[in-house]
Amino acid sequence: MSELNAAPMREQNMALLIMRRFFKHKLAGIAIAVLTFFVFAAVFANFSPYSPTDQEPTNSFEKPNGAHWFGTDELGRDVFSRILYGGRVSLTVGLLSTFISIAVGVLVGALSGYFGGWVDSVLMRVTDAFLTFPTIFVLILLGAFLREQQVPWLKNSIVVVIVIIAALSWMWPARLVRGLFLVLREKEFVTASRALGGNHARLIVRHILPNCIGPILVSGTLQMASAIITESGLSYLGFGVQPPTPTWGSILATAQNQVFRAPWIGFFPGFMIFVTVMAINYIGDGLRDAFDPYVIHTQ
Amino acid sequence: MTNYAIRRVLQTIPILFIISVLLFIMVRSAPGGPLTAARRNPNISKEQIEAIEEKLGLNDPLPVQYGRWLGDMFKGNLGESIKFRRPVSEMIGERIPNTLLLVGVSFLVTLLIAIPIGILSARKPYSLFDYITTTVTFIGQSIPVYWLGLGLIIIFYVTLKNPISGEPFFPVGGMNTRGKEGDPLDTIWHLILPVTALSLGWIAWYSRFLRSSMLDVLHEDYIRTARAKGLKERTVHYKHALQNAILPLVTLIALDLPSLFAGALFVETIFSWPGMGRLFWDAAKGRDYPVLLGVVMITATLIIFCNILADLAYGWLNPQVKYE
Repeated sequence: MSELNAAPMREQNMALLIMRRFFKHKLAGIAIAVLTFFVFAAVFANFSPYSPTDQEPTNSFEKPNGAHWFGTDELGRDVFSRILYGGRVSLTVGLLSTFISIAVGVLVGALSGYFGGWVDSVLMRVTDAFLTFPTIFVLILLGAFLREQQVPWLKNSIVVVIVIIAALSWMWPARLVRGLFLVLREKEFVTASRALGGNHARLIVRHILPNCIGPILVSGTLQMASAIITESGLSYLGFGVQPPTPTWGSILATAQNQVFRAPWIGFFPGFMIFVTVMAINYIGDGLRDAFDPYVIHTQ
Repeated sequence: MTNYAIRRVLQTIPILFIISVLLFIMVRSAPGGPLTAARRNPNISKEQIEAIEEKLGLNDPLPVQYGRWLGDMFKGNLGESIKFRRPVSEMIGERIPNTLLLVGVSFLVTLLIAIPIGILSARKPYSLFDYITTTVTFIGQSIPVYWLGLGLIIIFYVTLKNPISGEPFFPVGGMNTRGKEGDPLDTIWHLILPVTALSLGWIAWYSRFLRSSMLDVLHEDYIRTARAKGLKERTVHYKHALQNAILPLVTLIALDLPSLFAGALFVETIFSWPGMGRLFWDAAKGRDYPVLLGVVMITATLIIFCNILADLAYGWLNPQVKYE
């Protein structure tokens, strides 16, 4: 008995507890380091001695060497600089489109799951309709279509790509959040708060939503990984971010045309996409374990 | 069951309605309508153009035009390609079998590999085999299909050559070698690289999913009962656990269909496979809107009906589901 009393239960900060559990997952820790490094490389891309767009046709197709670490492409542009600047676009698109899609998804899912009834029916029919879209076809169609409209802010292809990716991916978090709300709204703590006079907004925002943070974060990592793959894929096909702005996808597209002359160019942008996506997936895995009360870490 | 199937088909009507309205809005506001060329032609007067517009019904109220457009759709008339001056339905009809062949074979290969991997790694979780497959599937899940396709081309077409003939190991364009059209062996040879590129990510995804689904099921009480009865571990896994673990996979596959077609589009583009994806890509480059809209409408319909099939299959596999 005295032994039990000797170690009184310490009140722990929830965020700290989650962090500690997260870093127990070693690969997730490494993944955070890798991703942070990529973000820094992209933010400080302008310290690279070469411009990503200046052409030097006399230096085309240089193999990777001391001056051009990743070699040069068909126009003599430094591939390393292009990868750094491309990282800016790819990571920005991934982050912003994920943010928008999660925001919309949480809103739709919360309203649908909390209120139920006809609100739920209508919102879920719309969600189902979006889920049956042949995504990539609609993305290409929208990408081509929106850019031709005479709307000033759609002239920027990066904005277009962010918007269309978010528009076709909010359904997954919406379904997830709806499912969580359906379960949580019946819990005692919600009833208690309602009995104390909490209004709908308070119940949703203060009581139910905080309990959904874990799964939402995990689904956010999945969304971001797939947003980066989608953006690169669209740009690779020529319907994403438009040249001369480099993105990992568009560098890969030029590499494909030069596959016989300079097969090494194709390696770097694809490898960057691959490592970034893998790092994000591992972070998601770490978060899932950190938020799952049933995972026991033996250490 | 029949009633349920009919009701599911009826439920898709609002979904198809939403999609078709969105598409119609795009058709109407897309640049390059049917009269663009005529308007540019100085020999055609304004009155003549108005007459043509009247004849084509372009001045009718929008809902009327929408109704007519929808009616044409139902008759299988998807309009005419701006570039090739051919009926869109005919162009898509030629390509559908090729896409279905590519997707179907890849899907079969995926299931044949992913299901055994999922079962085996769930059988001995945290074993060496499980550790290796988990790592490999994480890699497979993160490789973009277009990079994988490009890599396969570089390895098996550009770099490695058959030491005897000096030819590349695998072809990377189209479905057949010139002059060998209709030769099944030649088609299989052409299928190998595209199918590899397409299946790898799916194998990773589905085997991981089946593994966790199996592990969930293995904690259930009826599994303990089965073991308590003295059944062999093999029977418990393959008969009792697998039957229930595979159910969620059916739903997952149905929800994943759009992304399966997305993968096919990339693979068809990279390997010049003459399917719908390649058709779509070519049309998108030339802004051939009737073709684009036709392909979207057809794939959306295909996805919806595959979803219904998956629902019915789910009910067939799971006797707890009652159709009311």
